[in-house]
Amino acid sequence: MSNAVVRKTLISLAVAGAATLAQADVVIGVAGPHTGAYAAFGEQLWKGAEKAAQDINAAGGINGEMITLVKADDACEPKQAVSVANRLVDSDGALAVVGHFCSSSSIPASKIYEEAGVIMVTPASTNPTLTDQGLPNVFRVCGRDDQQGDVAASYIVDKLGAKRIAVIHDKDTYGKGLADAMKSTLNAYGVKEVMYEGLTRGEKDFNALITKIRSVDADVVYFGGLHSEAGPLVRQLREQGSKAIFISGDGIVSDEFVSVAGSPEYVDGVLMTFGAPPTSYPSGAKVIKEFRDAGYEPEGYTLYSYTAMQVAVAALANNNLDPIKGAEWLKTHSVDTVMGKKDFDEKGDLTVSDYVMYEWDAQGKYNVVD
Amino acid sequence: MDIVLQQLVNGLTLGSVYGLIAIGYTMVYGIIGMINFAHGDVYMVSSYITAIAIALISALLTFLGFESFLVVIIGTLFLTIVVTGAYGWVIERVAYRPLRNSSRLAVLISAIGMSLILQNYVQLSQGANQQGVPTMLTGALRFHVGDGFVQITYMKVFILIAAFAGMGILTYVIQKTKLGRMCRATQQDRKMASILGIDTDKIISTVFVIGATMAALAGVLITLDYGAFDFYIGFIIGIKAFTAAVLGGIGSLPGAMLGGLILGLSEALFAGLISSDYKDVFSFSLLVLILIIRPSGLLGKPEVEKV
Repeated sequence: MSNAVVRKTLISLAVAGAATLAQADVVIGVAGPHTGAYAAFGEQLWKGAEKAAQDINAAGGINGEMITLVKADDACEPKQAVSVANRLVDSDGALAVVGHFCSSSSIPASKIYEEAGVIMVTPASTNPTLTDQGLPNVFRVCGRDDQQGDVAASYIVDKLGAKRIAVIHDKDTYGKGLADAMKSTLNAYGVKEVMYEGLTRGEKDFNALITKIRSVDADVVYFGGLHSEAGPLVRQLREQGSKAIFISGDGIVSDEFVSVAGSPEYVDGVLMTFGAPPTSYPSGAKVIKEFRDAGYEPEGYTLYSYTAMQVAVAALANNNLDPIKGAEWLKTHSVDTVMGKKDFDEKGDLTVSDYVMYEWDAQGKYNVVD
Repeated sequence: MDIVLQQLVNGLTLGSVYGLIAIGYTMVYGIIGMINFAHGDVYMVSSYITAIAIALISALLTFLGFESFLVVIIGTLFLTIVVTGAYGWVIERVAYRPLRNSSRLAVLISAIGMSLILQNYVQLSQGANQQGVPTMLTGALRFHVGDGFVQITYMKVFILIAAFAGMGILTYVIQKTKLGRMCRATQQDRKMASILGIDTDKIISTVFVIGATMAALAGVLITLDYGAFDFYIGFIIGIKAFTAAVLGGIGSLPGAMLGGLILGLSEALFAGLISSDYKDVFSFSLLVLILIIRPSGLLGKPEVEKV
């Protein structure tokens, strides 16, 4: 091969390289449990973010530049969350991150995004600490556990009129945070829980705990945790003959809750708090239809993830792709999303919380309780 | 009173399953002196095989036009035990036999590697999601005790019977048959056994297969009962079963069963009567205490240094 040919090849390679760079201008990370026991939620996050990026790119991208998504798998483990966050800001050069899912991952990762000046919009982490840290770059498009706990506690006291309440949590940031929030509102109502205990994530046998719930004669069991423990818990509760009402939070919003519980009969009557139906906003009708046409039901956090992507993109698009200015901008401007207009307060929380109570039925579906 | 009785039932069922898995740890340790860290994952694999077997057999029965819980469960047991046994055999062949005459540490590392391979293999081939099997056997026995009641699902009764039957059959095989005699001989002195004409490599393979079949039995029972599993369940239950094996005296077959029952009972009673937050702390404290008093476990024989 002559020198000239080599030179030409090198030049064309360099041009090709520059072209790829030019196409991958705006990198946005999608961080969540893409593998592991909570991968069902990771899939919801990814589906929503992917669809949002496709739609935005099809409409001309961010000021003409295309979005490239990078999947970051934290497996819902704090340590792994920190390492993927570092990877996103260092080697991938992400300007914004949609994620993470688990609060125990979001909180440590948020500090890394803050140092790197990257916008973080979580679709699902509800633990109050996340935004109470006072980081300027952190936003969430979901509610907070103290709001969620309030709704659950007032429902238990006012609607159910229950007196004997067992509070169970999974010893994780989200689960314990939610259970504690519910408990403190409950206590403010003057109702003292009859039992307050933690279980171990990853275990499947909760029979001993359930016998104890029976022994304190609880008529409501409140669980702070995720569906992979909630499923066996509610099943074994019924198998031991307890008729206590089972209430949980937004950690069980997945069809997998039914399959993990064994069959729809076990989840029948289970109550949960979750934001007002994400599919109920008129602005989301077109996206929901496209999801359903593609054979995918946008359940749980899918639309939240879509919304988070829209929020991040709006912040970048209106501030010349400067994430630090974008974060400031978000606190004074509202964003139109598939879940309606979203406004953020000084902390990065939504100004309006919309938690409502849902009930699972014998077909394994959930509906808003009137 | 009813609560204590219910906790005893909870502990016995959990403990019998720990015992079944602990058998795999203890027999392998007894015969080649290694801790088979991949054993918990063999149990995990058997959960997936159970789900596949249930689906296959149910589909076949529907095709043939009848429905029978008994056929499904016996077919599933048979299929899972055979396939998991094959896994046990292959694992020994691939990961341990080539290292037979190297240091114990090498085999240990190989076992950890095998455990990671199994987890990732299942995750890649079956997906990372939580899996569930539908409830097969519903209904429960209810005994009234004083004001309260003790409720035992038919599934739990089945678990107890099957687990103790499995342990009984295994004890008979080891104590009374020619195969068992060869196993015991190999365990006592591998070199002498091979001089006397026992194919010790084959016996070691057999022991791995036996361990895997017991894990498979536990896998079927637990999967049918809890209905939920993922590729990571082998870890926690593996640690618990290993603890049970050490508690009972590693290397001792009745020790593994006893250790499993004690661990299950102590977990259930502590979680039920005191606090479920600290039940694992209690179990491991119990282990430390027993090892201080009896360093080789409850039924283990003190190691005699061979000269």
